[in-house]
Formats: sequence, C-alpha cells, structure tokens
Amino acid sequence: MEGTDPLNVIVTGVGGQGNVLISQLMGSALVRAGYHVTIGETYGASQRGGAVMSHLRISDQAQYGPLIPHGQADVILGLEPLETLRVLGQYGNPNVTVVTNSRPVYPLAVAIGTAHYPSVEDIVRALEELSRRAWMINATDIALDLGASILANIVMVGALVGAGLLPLAAKEFELELQESLPADKLDLNLKAFRRGLAELKAR
Amino acid sequence: MTSITAYEAGASQLLMGNEAIARGALEAGLGFASAYPGTPSSEIIGSLAEVTRETDIYVEWSVNEKVALEAAAAASFAGVRAIVAMKQNGLNVASDFLMNLNLTGTVAGLVLVLCDDPSGLSSTNEQDSRPAAKWAELPLLEPVNSQEAKDMTKWAFELSEEIKNVCLVRSVTRVSHARGDVRLGELVSPSRQARFAPTMLGQFTPLLVPIKHSFLHQKVSKAREIFESSPFNWYTGPEAPELLIVTSGSGWYYSLEAVKALGLESSVGILKLGTTWPLPEKLVQQHLARTDKVMVVEEVDPFLEGNLKELVGDTFAILGPLTFYGKRSGHLPSFGELDPDRVMAALSSILGRERVAVEPDYAKKAQDLTGGLMQTRMIGFCAGCPHRATLWSVKNALKLDGRGGFVTGDIGCYTLGLGPTGFFQLKTVQAMGSGVGLACGFGKLDKLGFDQPVLTVCGDSTFFHAVIPALINAVYNQSNFTLIILDNSATAMTGFQPHPGTGASALGEPAPSVDIEGLCRSLGIRVGVADPFDLQDTTSKLLNLMQDDGGVRVLISRRKCALVRAKEEEKAAYKVRVDSEKCRGESCGCNRLCTRIFQCPGLVWDADSQTAKIDEVICSGCGVCADICPASAIIREVA
Repeated sequence: MEGTDPLNVIVTGVGGQGNVLISQLMGSALVRAGYHVTIGETYGASQRGGAVMSHLRISDQAQYGPLIPHGQADVILGLEPLETLRVLGQYGNPNVTVVTNSRPVYPLAVAIGTAHYPSVEDIVRALEELSRRAWMINATDIALDLGASILANIVMVGALVGAGLLPLAAKEFELELQESLPADKLDLNLKAFRRGLAELKAR
Repeated sequence: MTSITAYEAGASQLLMGNEAIARGALEAGLGFASAYPGTPSSEIIGSLAEVTRETDIYVEWSVNEKVALEAAAAASFAGVRAIVAMKQNGLNVASDFLMNLNLTGTVAGLVLVLCDDPSGLSSTNEQDSRPAAKWAELPLLEPVNSQEAKDMTKWAFELSEEIKNVCLVRSVTRVSHARGDVRLGELVSPSRQARFAPTMLGQFTPLLVPIKHSFLHQKVSKAREIFESSPFNWYTGPEAPELLIVTSGSGWYYSLEAVKALGLESSVGILKLGTTWPLPEKLVQQHLARTDKVMVVEEVDPFLEGNLKELVGDTFAILGPLTFYGKRSGHLPSFGELDPDRVMAALSSILGRERVAVEPDYAKKAQDLTGGLMQTRMIGFCAGCPHRATLWSVKNALKLDGRGGFVTGDIGCYTLGLGPTGFFQLKTVQAMGSGVGLACGFGKLDKLGFDQPVLTVCGDSTFFHAVIPALINAVYNQSNFTLIILDNSATAMTGFQPHPGTGASALGEPAPSVDIEGLCRSLGIRVGVADPFDLQDTTSKLLNLMQDDGGVRVLISRRKCALVRAKEEEKAAYKVRVDSEKCRGESCGCNRLCTRIFQCPGLVWDADSQTAKIDEVICSGCGVCADICPASAIIREVA
C-alpha cells in the first residue's frame, strides 16, 4: 500500500455497469486478505442512466467511514470517462492514479442531441494533468470481444490489479470470483479479468 | 453472492449494513421476519429470505408495513423472536399499530428496524424516524457501521425481552448500504415451541390505557438504566475537552475524520452514543460537566440535540451554562445528509481553524479542465421500459381527448414519469396509494365546476400495498376517473421483490397469485387490459375508457420490467437499427420524435451523420421506437 493508510479508492460509472458488484468483489477479496474494508455506495434511485459511485477505504489498522472526503482519493477506477472526470474534479489531488474505461455512456442530454460529449483529446488532457498517472482502456470493446459488454467492469478490475494499484494479487481476486460467482458465469469472468490484467501488465 | 450464513463464527466477512442486521438477528435465534420492500431497508429481509431453506425461520414479503409489523407481533406474542424492517415512509403506515403495540407490550424479542434516507436519495422525503422512539416511548439504538449493526440487532432482542416491548434499531443509507468487515458470531436456531398463551385478561390489548401507559413509562426507565452502562456508548478524547462532540450513527465516522484532519485530537472529545433514546442521562451529564462547548453531529433533525438540551434544562443548576453548536446554530445543515467535509467545515468554523480540502492550484486546474466538459446525468426510464411506452400512450390519449385531462402519480419507478423520459405526464406524487386517493377527490369535483378527465397511475406492488382501499372508496362514492395499473410483475424500484400478484413467495417458491384484473372486476369496475408496447391499441383503449360515462375505470398496462426480462431471457425480442437513408433528421418535420421526444437511452442522435442511430450496448430490443418513426426509418427485425 506504499504507506497509504487508509487507501481511498473510488469506483465510478453509470447505473447498470456493475459498479456495485465489482466493489463488493474487491472488498470481499481484500477482507479475505486480512484488510479492514469499508465501502460506501450510492445507488438506490440510480437505475440505468444515473451516476453510481462506490468509495472503498482499505486499511491495515481500522475501519473508516463510508464517504471519502473531497480531494482525498488515492485511486479512481472509472467505468465511464465522463464520470471519471466528474470524480476527479471533486475527489482528485496531484497524487491520484486513474484507470478508466474509454467507452462513453452518453448522458440523456447528449443522446438526444442537446449537449455534446467531451472530445477524447479533452478527456485525455484533463486526466493527465490532474493525476499522477492515468491509463485509458477500451474495456467495453474487450468485453464485447468476449461476448458481453457487461463484462467491462471485470476487465477494469483486471487492469486495476495489473497496474498494482490494489494490495491484492491476481490469484486472490480470481479466488474471490470462484467463491462468489455461479459456475456457469465463472469462466467468462475469469477471462475478462485476465484480459484486463494483461492489458496493463503489457504497458 | 456469498450468503449471510456462509461463514462460521469467528470469521470476518464483508457485509452490507442490512446484511449485518440480518446476520445479527440470526445470531439471536430469530424465528420470524417480515417487511414490505423499501430502499434503503430491503436487503434485510431479502438476505434472510435467501437462507430460509437452510434455517428454521419464516420469512415473508408482506403486503405493506403495517401488516408486516402486525404479523411479526403475532410471532412475538407466541414466543418467537421476530424482526420487521422498513424505510422511514413505511413507519408512517405501521404507526397506527405501533402506537397500540407499545402499550400492549411483547413476549419474545421484537425488533423494528427503521432505515432512514437522509437527502431522500431513493425517497420522496428525508423524514427522521427517531422522534417515533420518543413518541411511542420505545428504546432506540443507532449503529455506526456493519459490525455494530450486527451486534446491536442481536442485543436488541435481549433488550426487548428485558423490558417486554418493541426495540427500535435506526439505520441510515450510509450504514444500511455501506459494507464493512464484520467479525461473525454463532448462529442460533430459533425456539420451535410457538404457542399463544395469555396469562391475564387484556394482556394483549392496550386496555386499561392509563395503567398500560404507566407501565410503558416504567419500561422506558428500565431501558434508561440499562443504557447507562451500554458498551455501545463510548468516549474518546482528552479529560476536559475544549469542545465535546456528541454524535450517533453515521455522524460518528464523519466526526472522527474531521477531528483527525484538523489535528484536534488533544482538544476535542467525541462522545459516541449508540443508545439515543431514552438518553443515558448520568453518562451524558458526566461528559457535559467536563466542557462548556458542545457540538451535536447527527442526521437529519436535531433530535439528539433537542434531547441534550432538555437534559441541560433539567439539570441547569449542576451543569451551568453550555454553548451548543449544530443544526440549531446553523453550523451544520438541518436538511440533507452530512458528510466528512460538512463536519470539518463546521468544526473549523467553530474553533477558528483553517482547513484546505483541496489545494487551491489543483482545484483551479480541475475547474478549468473539467468544468466546461461536465454534463449532468439525469435519471430516466431504462431502455425498453414499459412505463415509457405506457406514458407515451397516455400523453397521446390526453392530447386526442383535448379536455385538459391530467395524471396523478404514485410511488415506484414510474415516479420518473414526472420528468422528460415520462414526457412530464405525472402531475402529483405523494405517498404510496395517494395517486388514487387524490383521484377520488378530483373525480368528485364536478358539482364545483370541474370538467377535466382524471387519470391516475400505480404499479402492481403499490396496488396491493395501499391502492385497494382508495379504489373501493372511489367505487362506493361514485368518483369519476381512470386508473392505469402499470403491471410489470415486480416491485422493480426496490430490487424486483415478489408481491401478491407475482405467483412467487419471498423464497421464490410458487405462491397463490392474486388476480388484479379479477379483483377490480369484482368491485364492478370496467376493466381493460393492454400491452403497452402496442402503442396504438393502448392509446385507443385508454381514450375509450376516458370517454366512458363516468365512474371508476381501470386499464391494466401489462408488460414485464425490461430488467427482469433481460435476466430471464438471453435474447432480445428484436434487433433494431436505423436506416440512415430513410432517416431525414432535422429536415424530416418530425422534430426528431425518437431522440428529442421519446428519449430512450438506446436511441442516440448522431451529430456527425445528422441521423438517429441505435446504441447496441444500451438498446434492449423492445422495438417500440419503430412504431413512433413517421418515416419508417427505424427497422426492427425479429432477433
């Protein structure tokens, strides 16, 4: 954990992307590894279309509150680029590390043509200037290649673990997938995780 | 996911606050659990239902919160430990019974869990349930995290049996929907000797009222005495703090974080109270005597603050003057939820310390780089949601009718019909069942010059919960409106729980299905049934019912929730695409009906090609949009 305690991780995205599920899987794996973990989640009314954010606080020492104070994120895992930027603006600091999916989910105003989605160049520039290090991954395309866009969330966890940003070995997360997922879903999820892992290990 | 009984005592498991409450109940030898779903409380009964087969407990989704509490009280009367869970609005429904049950008292432990939703993240209000403890004179526990949620729930059963009354556990979204590692205890099987055996006349009634009321006061005094030495209350900080924070529930972590961030550990103390009503007065007085500044951190109302001030008023001669900071002083907001930043701001302002949350240079850079790029992300109906289709027909029927008709709304996913994805069709939203209640009144205003057609909507779960009495009222009093029942075969808003119409029990086993259509017909109501995806047929049936001679009419708009369907079926019904040759975009004259008006997230306006297109990741393949395109540019092919 490079001396950061608690390690503050924010997982952000849009309702329906499986944000809550991956936070829970990462949290369970970290508890198994002996850490104290608190996760604060905002969902409820955020069905498909609303922003969904999970705050993970990981510590050797104690449990922390479910909400990370502004400006205090250590790692941001973004499932959707605009949501990544939103969280970065509020919870970022010069030392934050970002891993984000590059595939947009358009807000309704963009889909209906009354607003514009930011350009890739603007997003990349903001990510790079506001973080210590930022990676963009086309996780949705990898997931579609595996047969289901919903797997993008697991691809992203793979990338996060591949980048060494969680105090968790790949094997430990794979064990969590084995424990938590039904047998018929396991194989595809393991593949998705390993694709994400390879994506960042290769860079 | 891993169930709440998967691990043995001594293991650590990551549990959501609500799961921890359920686990605590199982460790207390729970026998009976009931609830009506409501965010943020639903996972309590949901996670118990998942383990019902392997344990000896009984679990049900009840028709509403009052019945849930009544059913659980029966279990308690028969010597079985019981739990009931509800959101803050549900407490209002259950209160009529609760305000008699408190005088009656209980036999086996009965725990009522109240899950509040500060900021109304998933609610129509942010009502603070805690005053109910004072009102009903029942002991109140407030956990700070999952571990305490489990431990307190377990202990609440003992307390309930000690004082022979209901014990309240009050959670909030940030406890119920937070997850934390929990050290587990032993699971205990319930007693299997349920028997109802009154030992004296009137035992299970609130009569004779003044005598039972005096007993109630004695029970409260006993609870207070027990609370004085409760391990759920503790103090951290210096012997004589410059400022004492008194806090409960979610406020505790925010206070800890604020004190640490401002480096105030040596001057500010924190008294964390887990037993907030009745107040453990001696304990609280001891701490108040060691300071002259008190800040109260709590959600949502100044409930604890008010009770502390009552105590200070009663003991002014001993405690002397104290300055209070909190919601009444304006240092903390008295509406909306708290967070660590708000508590830090309050603390730094009271003590005159400066705190910089985000370095100004970074904040400015972030604003410059992201400020202009941000788009708000409005919530709306899912792709393929039947409610969007129904409200499209409602909009068109009202327009064709032309008499200024309108829709009264209700509680459920379809509440989103207030906004753009429901074409702003809903004009009112209050409580469960209130749409029909309001329609009862609107439909009787003809003598007073009212001549607008009245429509009202409710979901299938809401229909069972609170609509039936209002509907009978309308029939009896010959009111004049059309009720549209949005039957999507689930309590979709709260996580797809079954209800009396779905033919499945809380355990997912087959159960008798109450026929909404037959029930309405039995009241003498004219009933139509439509498939909302057939826009033309739905509109014409609705128009026909609206223009009928009066009385109560019902249209059942029946189509399974798109999310439930996606879970049950692998394949979408249609493959949908836009023929870019046929789509004429802005020059069509349709005002971009599909993207600008219909607003399904699966339909996207492509600024480059100036045509509509389908986002294949989002589109659920319902094919409804093909029927709204006047140029037939949206093509649906059977998938």
